[in-house]
Amino acid sequence: MLRRWLSAVVVCLLAVVMLGADPSSRFNRIGHQMMCACGCGQILLECNHVGCPDSDRMIGELRGQIAGGGSDTAIMNWFAAKYGATILAAPIRGGFDNVAWIAPMAVFLLATVGVGFLIWAWKQRGGGGPGSSSGGGGLGVMEDSELRDRIRRETVY
Amino acid sequence: MQLHPMPEFGSFTLLLALALSFYTLLMGGVALWRTRGVAAGVDRQGDRLGETARRAGIASFVVVSCAAFALVWASFTNDFSVSYILHHTNRDLNTAYKFSALWSGQEGSLLLWAWLLSAYGFVLRIRNKVDVRLTAYASTILAGVQVFFLMLLNFAAPPFAIEPGPRALDGFGLNPLLQYPEMVIHPPMLYLGYVGFSVPFAFALGALMMRYPGEKWIHITRRWTMVTWLFLTCGIFLGAHWAYSVLGWGGYWGWDPVENASLMPWLTGTAFLHSVMMQEKRGMMKSWNVWLIFSTFLLTILGTLLTRSGLVSSVHAFAQSSIGNWFYGFILIVFAVCLFTFFRQRDHLKSENRLESLVSRESSFLFNNLILLAACFTVLWGTLFPVLSEYVQGTKVTMGAPFYNRVNLPIGLFLLFLTGIGPLLAWRSTSLRSIRRNFVLPGIAMALALVVLIAVGVRPWAAGDDWQSNLFSLVTFTLAAGVITAIASEFLRGASVVATQTGKNLLASTVLLVRRNTRRYGGYIVHFGIVVMFIGIAGGAFNQSHEQEMGFGDTMTLGPYRLVCQSFTQDSKPEFDTEYALLDVYKGQKKLTQLAPEKRIYFPNTDHAQPSTMVALRSTLANDLYVIYEGRDVDTDKPIIKVFLNPLMNWIWIGVLIVVAGTVLALVPSLTRAPVRIAVAEPSMAEAAIHHA
Repeated sequence: MLRRWLSAVVVCLLAVVMLGADPSSRFNRIGHQMMCACGCGQILLECNHVGCPDSDRMIGELRGQIAGGGSDTAIMNWFAAKYGATILAAPIRGGFDNVAWIAPMAVFLLATVGVGFLIWAWKQRGGGGPGSSSGGGGLGVMEDSELRDRIRRETVY
Repeated sequence: MQLHPMPEFGSFTLLLALALSFYTLLMGGVALWRTRGVAAGVDRQGDRLGETARRAGIASFVVVSCAAFALVWASFTNDFSVSYILHHTNRDLNTAYKFSALWSGQEGSLLLWAWLLSAYGFVLRIRNKVDVRLTAYASTILAGVQVFFLMLLNFAAPPFAIEPGPRALDGFGLNPLLQYPEMVIHPPMLYLGYVGFSVPFAFALGALMMRYPGEKWIHITRRWTMVTWLFLTCGIFLGAHWAYSVLGWGGYWGWDPVENASLMPWLTGTAFLHSVMMQEKRGMMKSWNVWLIFSTFLLTILGTLLTRSGLVSSVHAFAQSSIGNWFYGFILIVFAVCLFTFFRQRDHLKSENRLESLVSRESSFLFNNLILLAACFTVLWGTLFPVLSEYVQGTKVTMGAPFYNRVNLPIGLFLLFLTGIGPLLAWRSTSLRSIRRNFVLPGIAMALALVVLIAVGVRPWAAGDDWQSNLFSLVTFTLAAGVITAIASEFLRGASVVATQTGKNLLASTVLLVRRNTRRYGGYIVHFGIVVMFIGIAGGAFNQSHEQEMGFGDTMTLGPYRLVCQSFTQDSKPEFDTEYALLDVYKGQKKLTQLAPEKRIYFPNTDHAQPSTMVALRSTLANDLYVIYEGRDVDTDKPIIKVFLNPLMNWIWIGVLIVVAGTVLALVPSLTRAPVRIAVAEPSMAEAAIHHA
């Protein structure tokens, strides 16, 4: 019963997402994932050169490809084949291109694990309450004023 | 033979400055070596030698100032015998842009860098009484950096090089895109930020070299770091605002390598400003902090390398030149010195305390650093990946906005989350009761915001292909509501306590509260500014644009606005040809304003003809109506007008102003001062004891 409900929910969600799609937003989205070939270094739909030799033609080709019913990947591949890999605003051809996406995530995950491990290791080494502080000495040997200073220092932002 | 008195004077001053800086480096180093391990005043000859090095450093500022003056003078007097002046100015350039020619090309901007560095060095050296020995170390290290830049200016990129042949009657002029008021202040601001990080770097390296006891050096450099960070922040956002107002593509940040180069040290600098508090308060993260400031400095040099070496393609970059090799060498030397010093002195960097709880201010700083460095790595990775790809695959790839936006989005949201919860956590450990008390109000605010946002139509599931950007906006707005409530409740809670203590009203109590701890509440205001900026950035999910031909009387509708073309025409001015349209803007039946988007072609009769977009902008708190004149249709001869409707754009610029205000406030001394961790012995005495032991 639960599985059936879940399936229904997934179908409804997908329907909502798919029904929301319209060609103009697709044109806009894909057009923002490609560069203009004129060498201005701008996204295709943002190239605003007077008399740009490429953007109008490319925009026309994009409209044609979308009207032709190709998938996003197929359209991107078509442009990459015609203009070269640098026409894609991000590396999406698979293979070594995947490294571009994986590396930041891998570093982020490794760093998170590293920080977690660091915190765990610090806690394992005895917490570090006031008495364990090597710099400040134990509470017992602290003068009142010194203790007050330390409390202020360690609690004030 | 032609005489060139001013350029020759400039060249001479640069050579003299190099000699003085080299003297500061060499004799400063010798003096520090001679006086190592002895208290001040014992080795009088060594002290005197150190003093001559300091004075030579001060003199180098005067001499580099003369060089900068000579270049500005050459610009104002139209001395086109100087190659740099010929290529970056002309007779018709107005006064402000003639002055800004100083940093509009490679040689001039390197001179600006050297001058700012010498100015920072000057301030540092005349304020040496704050800690004579530490300042001597920092001064010597700064002199090393200065020697590098002066060598560049003398041997690799001389700004006073004479153009061969007869003197030209007029110059080539300044790039029209740079002829914009913000461009007069954006580069100096950015350079003040870049160069400024040399100072905390020099102090950190010096403190490590001399095994400076305690954390007083952090206290000394705190203001330097914050001022530098402030300049870099202003520089980055002035650049973003310039890109938005001038380049005419409707955006403000294109993830260009040069933009990235300025963002990376900002990210690590921000991380340093946070994590250094852990060292200041609890003697933790010493090695980490040292490497953060080393990295920040190295990233500023890397940024300079990226703009000048042609290593990566950028629309901003200066012409490719062999100057990149100098930077590679310098980066290697700096890295080697940092690494050597670190390994030699690493026992000095042991933490004095340990983390006691996962739920504490310390751990929030750790995660804050993690996030900021992850963002920095992403930017660095994206900037250099095309080079790596070319090396591995033989083909370059483009790393544009889609890559950065997708990878940095979750990172940015996590950072926003930490901005809110970090300050609510206590140092050492936060109790469950405290968490409940501090998080109830922000939690309620977030829930309310979520409901309201969905009710007003921010529904990712109904946004079709735009669901990702809608979801980002929904999460951002919701988190922003929580963070703003958290910040406001912190002010309110503190002010209530002060009101109870003093009997003042809530407003007066808030002012007193802030004055008592400007650093803390200035920090909150900076966080508030960051949240406001995030709201502005999230507004980008609802950007709309439309493009059409607009002849006389034609109408275009976008969002609540209706634009009616009143006329279009063209004109010729001495410096440029222009085409523009006059568009009346209506909201409903009410005429709001008239906009005149324009396209200019500078130097139309020369080989340097360059188009420039003059954006017409109507800006309100709710949205920007951004209109550009794209050109004329060759068949119909009608102008093609592109209109962007950018919601919440002003929030970004307002957020920056709040960040600036918060940082300035944090720089103001508090009424009550928090104690600083200072070792029992004075630095020089402690050092003597170490060496005698």
